[in-house]
Amino acid sequence: MSKQSLITAIALGTAALAGGGQALAADLTISCGAVGVELELCEQGVNQWEEQTGHSVDIVSTPNSSTERLSLYQQILSANSSDIDVLQIDVVWPGLLANHLLDLGETLGEDAAAGHFPAIVENNTVDGRLVAMPWFTDAGVLYYRKDLLEEYGFEPPETWEELTAIAREIQAGEQAAGDRIWGYVFQGRAYEGLTCNALEWVASHGGGTIVDAEGNLTVNNADAASALDLAASWIGDITPEGVLNYTEEEARGLFQSGNAVFMRNWPYAWSLAQGEESEVRGRVGVVKLPHGEGGNSAATLGGWNLAVSRYSENPELAADLVAFLTGEAEQKRRAIEGSYNPTLERLYADEEVLAAVPFFGTLYDTFANAVARPSAATGESYGRVSNAFFDTTHSVLSGEMSATDALPQLEGQLRRLERRWK
Amino acid sequence: MTTTTPSAPTRARPYRGTKVRRQRVRAAWTFLAPMLVALALVAGWPLLRTFYFSLTDGTLSTLGDASFIGLENYLVYDDGAWYGLLTDPMWWRSVWNTLFFAVVSVSLEVVFGVIVALILNVEFRGRMLVRAAVLIPWAIPTIVSAKMWAWMLNDQFGIINHLLMTLGIIDAPIAWTASATYSMWAVILVDVWKTIPFVALLALAALQMLPKDCYEAAEVDGIHPVRVFFKVTLPLITPALMVAVIFRLLDALRVFDVIYVLTSNASSTMTMSIYARQQLVEFQDVGYGSAASTLLFLIIALATVAYLYLGRNRLQLGGD
Repeated sequence: MSKQSLITAIALGTAALAGGGQALAADLTISCGAVGVELELCEQGVNQWEEQTGHSVDIVSTPNSSTERLSLYQQILSANSSDIDVLQIDVVWPGLLANHLLDLGETLGEDAAAGHFPAIVENNTVDGRLVAMPWFTDAGVLYYRKDLLEEYGFEPPETWEELTAIAREIQAGEQAAGDRIWGYVFQGRAYEGLTCNALEWVASHGGGTIVDAEGNLTVNNADAASALDLAASWIGDITPEGVLNYTEEEARGLFQSGNAVFMRNWPYAWSLAQGEESEVRGRVGVVKLPHGEGGNSAATLGGWNLAVSRYSENPELAADLVAFLTGEAEQKRRAIEGSYNPTLERLYADEEVLAAVPFFGTLYDTFANAVARPSAATGESYGRVSNAFFDTTHSVLSGEMSATDALPQLEGQLRRLERRWK
Repeated sequence: MTTTTPSAPTRARPYRGTKVRRQRVRAAWTFLAPMLVALALVAGWPLLRTFYFSLTDGTLSTLGDASFIGLENYLVYDDGAWYGLLTDPMWWRSVWNTLFFAVVSVSLEVVFGVIVALILNVEFRGRMLVRAAVLIPWAIPTIVSAKMWAWMLNDQFGIINHLLMTLGIIDAPIAWTASATYSMWAVILVDVWKTIPFVALLALAALQMLPKDCYEAAEVDGIHPVRVFFKVTLPLITPALMVAVIFRLLDALRVFDVIYVLTSNASSTMTMSIYARQQLVEFQDVGYGSAASTLLFLIIALATVAYLYLGRNRLQLGGD
């Protein structure tokens, strides 16, 4: 290509981009997650709303790591930018972002959130303002390979020790048969997901939730130490060392390709593991997570909400989109097609939903009683607390420190932060 | 800058204060002014602002009403214990990580860059093609190449583990980017791969300027090629290498992208830039983050001055 024609091509391309940008200017912009089939489901829902109302909506996808997604939102919102109207926010963020979000109770009416799990509505209400509508809830669950457990004559594990023993035996048996398979995978990268995983280990050993409801540090105790030491003993034994860099999707990749016996993940993985492209289709079971000695099974409360930015130029339209997406019809469709947990209690009795995702019925208690991360007690410092916790856990898992050495250090670190929330 | 450099004969004459001289000085400043203004705007002002913020307790959402707290972000004594950036073990760890990364990766890059340049300096068929091909790693955006390497280094599905296992060098896959032992070496590997072309290019340019007669004389005297390299070639290309090293050192000391893509915030590879970003963006703590950025700037400035001071004699020898 000659220089002249190259310049012409660039000029044309730029003109086309600029022109196209104007022609496509939408009424609203929504940010959706892109974990698993999340983005497709979001697009389908948004398309329906567009057809009904005749408005156009742009969808932007955001980083899969929730830690990074929060940073992005905070930058956009601190700049008072109207770039994104509707934000998909994590269950631990309402307190952090409340100042930038619209009171949906005002726009959608006082009973906007009626019928949703009260705990989530309360979580999303900051100083009497409903800053986000519940979209789907989440709780950690244990996926297992039904076929392998049956073959080796095991029932799904009740305790972490049982899980360790079963995973070890099946892994050894399969490896002897020449099949490279791992016992247990979870989310071990140094990010928010590790906080969720580690909180489950600690809480299910009776070790508390890092910081209690009154804001007191509880993390440095013997139960927490034995929980973390147990988890560290999995690495290199029943868990690949690479798990230290895994998020949800890497863990699912390993499990869904038939390379793991157990996996800790959120419910979304169910519809994918049972999908047509899955290698383990029809061979997957889901139970609640195991517990430790003297503890009860604990699942970290996750889930995502939809909020409207205060800087939106079309706040009412945006609120209408939120009401549509979090409504019953849309939540039901998402439950059936993507196994996303509804936040509307009555959908857990819906036959079509239960037929598509049987464990929504059997694990109802798990979802209703999930353990919250200490975001309420630590307020604006939650990000730092979680960061200190997952960094410490990460160094215990990678064998740099034992839990008994690491937890006092963590406590010291949190002590420094305590000044900020007390 | 011919306007400011007096030609040799005029230098001897007393000249200060003449009309011509004043005109020249004025012209020089006129030409320099746009650059100085631009520098002050894009470098000076942000730097001063960062330094100011490091003395406040500002957060990203309350920048407007940040209050002045002196040096508390750096060091403060409170309730019988010291707090602040200078007491944070994570900060010192990231300083150490950065220095280690910079020294090791830049040394490797110089060694391999010179080797590549020597090969490219030899006449052979298709040399132009190879020269262009060598530049590819440098031309790929870092995010793209780091993502690419992340897949190749993946513990379960990565091609590196597959190759090593097929060759029988290792018998279990290694978690390159996850394990605390290997992750630093993995990011160094990727950085070295990426920046060898840069060093090679500068070294090659220097090699092509070398006078042929030294080599002919060496050949006539029957000197071993290795001796010729260390006694003739290396001293002659040292000035060019010094420039390459200073560029690379500045880059390596503020490394962010390649490490963040490969290992995120993991503490075993956290560098000063990643630490500062975490404080500024993730924790929204503009005051503390700015303190980290200010120290980062001072450390880089110090390293550069130290390097230039140590290299000064050699530069002068080689330069003139």
